[in-house]
Amino acid sequence: MTRSRGSYLLFLIPGALLLIAVILVPFAMNIGISFTQWSGAGDPKWTGLDNYRRLFADDVFWASFRHNVGLVVAMAIVPTVAGLVIAAALFDFVAKRFGARAASVLRACVYLPQVLPIAVAGIVWSWLLAPEGAVNEVLSAVGLGSLAQNWLGDPDVALWSVMGVMVWIQVGYPVVIFMAGMQRADPSLHEAAELDGASWWGRFWHVTVPQLRPELFVVLLTCTIAALKVFGPIYVLTRGGPGGSTNVPSYYSFQNFFEKTQVGYGAAIATVLTVLILVLTTVFLRVQKRGERP
Amino acid sequence: MKRHVTLWSLIVLAVVMLAPFLVVALNALKSPSEYATDGPLSFPDGVYLQGLIDFWARVGFGQKLLNSVVISGSVAVLAVVISVLNAYALGIGRVRGRTWILVAFLIANTLPQEALAYPLYFLANETGLYDTRLGVIIIFTIIQAAFGTYLLSSTYVGFPHELLEAAYLDGANKWQTLVRVVVPISRPTLGVLFVFFFIWTWNEFFLPLILLISNDTQTVPVALGVLQGQRMMDATMTSASALLGSSRRSPSS
Repeated sequence: MTRSRGSYLLFLIPGALLLIAVILVPFAMNIGISFTQWSGAGDPKWTGLDNYRRLFADDVFWASFRHNVGLVVAMAIVPTVAGLVIAAALFDFVAKRFGARAASVLRACVYLPQVLPIAVAGIVWSWLLAPEGAVNEVLSAVGLGSLAQNWLGDPDVALWSVMGVMVWIQVGYPVVIFMAGMQRADPSLHEAAELDGASWWGRFWHVTVPQLRPELFVVLLTCTIAALKVFGPIYVLTRGGPGGSTNVPSYYSFQNFFEKTQVGYGAAIATVLTVLILVLTTVFLRVQKRGERP
Repeated sequence: MKRHVTLWSLIVLAVVMLAPFLVVALNALKSPSEYATDGPLSFPDGVYLQGLIDFWARVGFGQKLLNSVVISGSVAVLAVVISVLNAYALGIGRVRGRTWILVAFLIANTLPQEALAYPLYFLANETGLYDTRLGVIIIFTIIQAAFGTYLLSSTYVGFPHELLEAAYLDGANKWQTLVRVVVPISRPTLGVLFVFFFIWTWNEFFLPLILLISNDTQTVPVALGVLQGQRMMDATMTSASALLGSSRRSPSS
């Protein structure tokens, strides 16, 4: 270790070159393109901040962000809360009474949608939610036929349907992370609380949840970022429709790039989305660091 | 009583999580006429495999599987190699400015791919890598390695010092130390990274959708997603496609 440190730089060269060629240069290009009007062919025309000005006045853009808020609820908040409850039930109850095997089988069931390609989950659900699909069949079979909907084809319902599918896809991730975190936690605190006569709920709220703080941060951060980036499910389930009712910024930028050939405008949308994600990440990490200090 | 409620709600949950797959599997085994008369919820009368066979042939599924295996496998190997090299320099070598270099890799992993998509599409066209598996392999190698660098660097910071010293005393240079000491000791972590990289690359959708347009290069998820968007499949074929798409997931399962 006493040798010169400089020569370690050689090991960094392949990674650094790839990082520059595939991430840094394209990212800089994207920012550059966002100040231009460009159809993808010919030379881009410099227009300064025009794209950004247009963006702030664009109802479709703001609507896409509102839909994104719904997806943050469906992909981060609901799965985190549900994941806490499910993980605690599996860990405290199923594992103790029915064995670790039963708990891990149930955990695997909940986690399954997470390992599937999103295209598969999308195909499964767009088929289940079709007007003649299995969901409506089940509803009429149990006498709730009046609730049958065109789940993905009705502008008033489509976003809610997509949110429901996203909860189904996402919930396994917090469950797995939280159960791992519970294994790390110190059991003596639980026993002490039990001796003091704390109820299950009291122990959950005052012992388990505070101990899971690091995991809660990681899950909320990664799921919120995933929700802001969401593209695959929208593409496969609804293509942003009907009538733009499930459009999100990432899909909107894709549309501008490849369907409307307004590359500059698409780049501006992507840049705003990036800034938002980077700011959010920084804030989250700051708050987490503060939380770690005693 | 209360315990039964908990157990039953968990079982109901498991059923809700699995039901979509069961319904799909059920319908993949029906003939179109059977589906038309009995609907999506009935049990199939017999095993009808023609839907699966037709789907396989129609989309050239064998080729898509091969593409997915080649792309995910190459990315997993290359990204593990790059991660190890980076982490060796950053975590053990402690090169100057390592914090900022790590931040750059972390940002690379956090950036939305939309912010890279058009330039990558453009550059791939310029370099002749558009619609090639190699182009996608190069891109995902660094995207996955960015995460691997971050994770491995933090584990290498705590790498046992004595082992490195011993290697140096035995006359090993930095490369030999890396290959003979560091890599063998971190093999379990590298194995986990390999599996993650493979699955993540297998499941990638956005950039492959943009960069792989021809039948000979598309991966399984892209082929399924594009077909789905075209709404050109009947119900049993849709089920068959979903079943095939989920039948091959990861080297670990």
